Amino acid sequence: MTLDMIIAWITAAVTFGTVIMFGCVGETLNEKAGGLNLGTPGVMMLGGIASLAGAFFYEKSVAVPNPILCVLISLISCLVATALAGLLYGFLTITLRANQNVTGLTLTMFGTGIANFFGGSLVKLSGGVGQISVAATSKAFKATMPILSTKLGIVSQLLFKYGWLTYVILALAFAMQYFFNKTRTGLNLRSVGENPATADAAGINVTLYKYMACTIGSAIAGLGGLYYVMDYVKGTWSNDSGIEALGWLAVALVIFTSWKPKNATWGAYLFGFCYWIYLYIPAGINSMLMKLFKVTRTTYMQNLYKMIPYIVTIIVLVLVSSRNKRDNQAPQSLGTSYFREER
Amino acid sequence: MDNNCAVQLKDITKTFGAVVANENVSFDIRKHEVLAILGENGSGKTTVMNMLAGIYYPDSGEIFVNGNLVSIKDPKDAYDLGIGMIHQHYKLIDVFSALENIVLGLKNTDGNDLESARKRVNEICSRYGFDIDPDMKVYDMTVSQKQTLEIIKVLYRGAEILILDEPTAVLTPQETSRLFNVLRNMRDDGKAIVIITHKLNEVMEISDRVTILRKGQYIGTVNTSETNPQQLTEMMVGEKITLDINRDFIEEKHLRLEVKNLTVKNIEGKKVVDDVTFNLYSGEVLGIAGISGSGQKELLEAIMGLQKPEPGSSVVYYSTAHGVHELVGLSTKEIISHGLHLAFVPEDRLGMGLVGNMGMTDNVLLKRYRKGKGPLLHRQQPMQTAIKIKDELDVKTPSLDYPVRKLSGGNVQKVLVGREINNKPTVLMTAYAVRGLDINTSYAIYNLLNEQKKRGVAVVYVGEDLDVLLALSDRILVLCNGKVNGILDGRTANKEEVGLLMTHLKEGE
Repeated sequence: MTLDMIIAWITAAVTFGTVIMFGCVGETLNEKAGGLNLGTPGVMMLGGIASLAGAFFYEKSVAVPNPILCVLISLISCLVATALAGLLYGFLTITLRANQNVTGLTLTMFGTGIANFFGGSLVKLSGGVGQISVAATSKAFKATMPILSTKLGIVSQLLFKYGWLTYVILALAFAMQYFFNKTRTGLNLRSVGENPATADAAGINVTLYKYMACTIGSAIAGLGGLYYVMDYVKGTWSNDSGIEALGWLAVALVIFTSWKPKNATWGAYLFGFCYWIYLYIPAGINSMLMKLFKVTRTTYMQNLYKMIPYIVTIIVLVLVSSRNKRDNQAPQSLGTSYFREER
Repeated sequence: MDNNCAVQLKDITKTFGAVVANENVSFDIRKHEVLAILGENGSGKTTVMNMLAGIYYPDSGEIFVNGNLVSIKDPKDAYDLGIGMIHQHYKLIDVFSALENIVLGLKNTDGNDLESARKRVNEICSRYGFDIDPDMKVYDMTVSQKQTLEIIKVLYRGAEILILDEPTAVLTPQETSRLFNVLRNMRDDGKAIVIITHKLNEVMEISDRVTILRKGQYIGTVNTSETNPQQLTEMMVGEKITLDINRDFIEEKHLRLEVKNLTVKNIEGKKVVDDVTFNLYSGEVLGIAGISGSGQKELLEAIMGLQKPEPGSSVVYYSTAHGVHELVGLSTKEIISHGLHLAFVPEDRLGMGLVGNMGMTDNVLLKRYRKGKGPLLHRQQPMQTAIKIKDELDVKTPSLDYPVRKLSGGNVQKVLVGREINNKPTVLMTAYAVRGLDINTSYAIYNLLNEQKKRGVAVVYVGEDLDVLLALSDRILVLCNGKVNGILDGRTANKEEVGLLMTHLKEGE
């Protein structure tokens, strides 16, 4: 394996990791307040299509798109759409106390459907399959830091040539960790997810916290969809629900990190490495493994490799629960609705 | 208005659907005083206090705090008025430290730094005589420590009116007396203390006045110094009941269980049941005494096949109808399929005993679904049984299909004991059968056990209240650190003797 290949692998892993890190950090915020939003993949789909639509119509309406406006318009479209999706989820599960699993899964179907529906329309508007492109917006999101990204040789290549959202989510993940553990508001939020009755008795507005967490959490997760469209696939769209597949990994990553956003900062990249193994694995090892598992086709083997992140998650889950350390467990009331007068 | 009056309740009414929890309840809570709220299960004593704490909102009626008409919409309002309630199920976050639990929900006044909070907590501790480590995680705490933390939490929020719901239900006698000392300190400090309870001896010991509720109605308030347990019971139950347990002596006894060298290790490899040997006979109640966690639970579970005993242990079952069986090594299902009748009322009623979301019928069905023919369930017979249990034991439930988790503790226990008895056991084992129950239900349970004894059932009763153990048991086995520290005759033993055996392992054993 050459150095170039390793660098390419790392780059691929980081870009991949950034998508799921957004999903993971957003979902962690929601889960810390007790909301298990399995709609995260759908929310990310919505974020992707909303940002694409915003950017598409803006770029179509002007001759020379202004990069700042490109960024602002697609960001706002994305945030509004996904925050609304989070609000809907909140209304159903918090106010109407619908089952969170069912609501979440439905939201994923809903988001995927909407995204693919409008994705199809946009593709048609732009003249056919493979034609859609929001190049200006994509370029604005892929903008890198001057000097740092070019002048430092291998360091630049490894650390500084990613789009700026990569650094935003890293900062956000650490900020979230700080928020959970070092602020009173974070303490209150965690108490809502652990034991809402206790939080309620302590005078915390449980409903407000839950709503805020699922709305803001959704908006953060939705940015993963935006990043996917603008950076990961470079401002294009295809109706292959690629975002949804990554969305599920984001949900798995929440468990992998044991609900600690700081762990997402390396866990997401690790998932990226595992996911891309099939492209970068040395041919010798690959053929040895193929013989070992009696796999005849390369594509079959690739699918096996793509399972690795999930297997890692299962192993971590087993390890964490067997060590039985209370601080690493899921929030206690995760997945349940709270009703004050219920006994 | 009396200056000493902290809270005045006027004509409070609260209903849950069709159930009237409180109807026109009026009484006062005074400063410098411990008020006991006494009532049976379902008498609405917790409900009325929950309205002061902002958990429930009254349908009608008025609440005055320090003479002002107030509306308490949520717990925050209650805190603002200086009302703090310590609930029966502690409202603490397990993964938080003591200090984090204390400051939970409060405005941040000291940056992100908890140091000033820590200082105030220490002040409160030294003022009233609490002992707590502010950095200890709640999941590492004992029940008594959690309660202490709850009280500190309430005091930290500046509560002048403290409400404690069944504070002694899970405490040892020593912890109870420590709690009472703290309560007296707080009373002398000018605070108004309310304890919700059904334990008469505690009412007599700690309270200054007693308010009695019955079936949601206010019955009356009396000064503790001018009353006695008999009068209080009558006010509470509404009729004369005797506080004696009928203990008949059954002449005819057969050996039922022969437990020999039974040893059980817990997950850390510590012996929790250590070389226990005893015999159990039909027609007797064998009381098992011991401070909590001395191996009572594990002993019963090992006999039932729920825990794996160490090699060398032996439990032999002698049945008149089915011959002699060695129980060690059999699974719980096999123990039942051998035709052995062991009935087990687990400590954790809703966790192991019943399925909370199911109704009475389905819970009865759980123990007999294998008996039906074909793949379909036959609900007719279990339904008859459920009706029988409901009528005979006076279970208060809106319908047979009403989830049992929503019933009060006493009713849940009745369903559980009723179901076990209905299976016509020859050995009936109960663990903490009356934990959290009021007098009337407790006596109903004691009578049930005594009836079983008269029918020739061998009854094992693991209990906490020594007075009851002494009044109910024919023999008392005292466990200490998982070892049998003596087997006494229930008719001649005294409380001090048992208490000593509970805490001090005999020499040379």
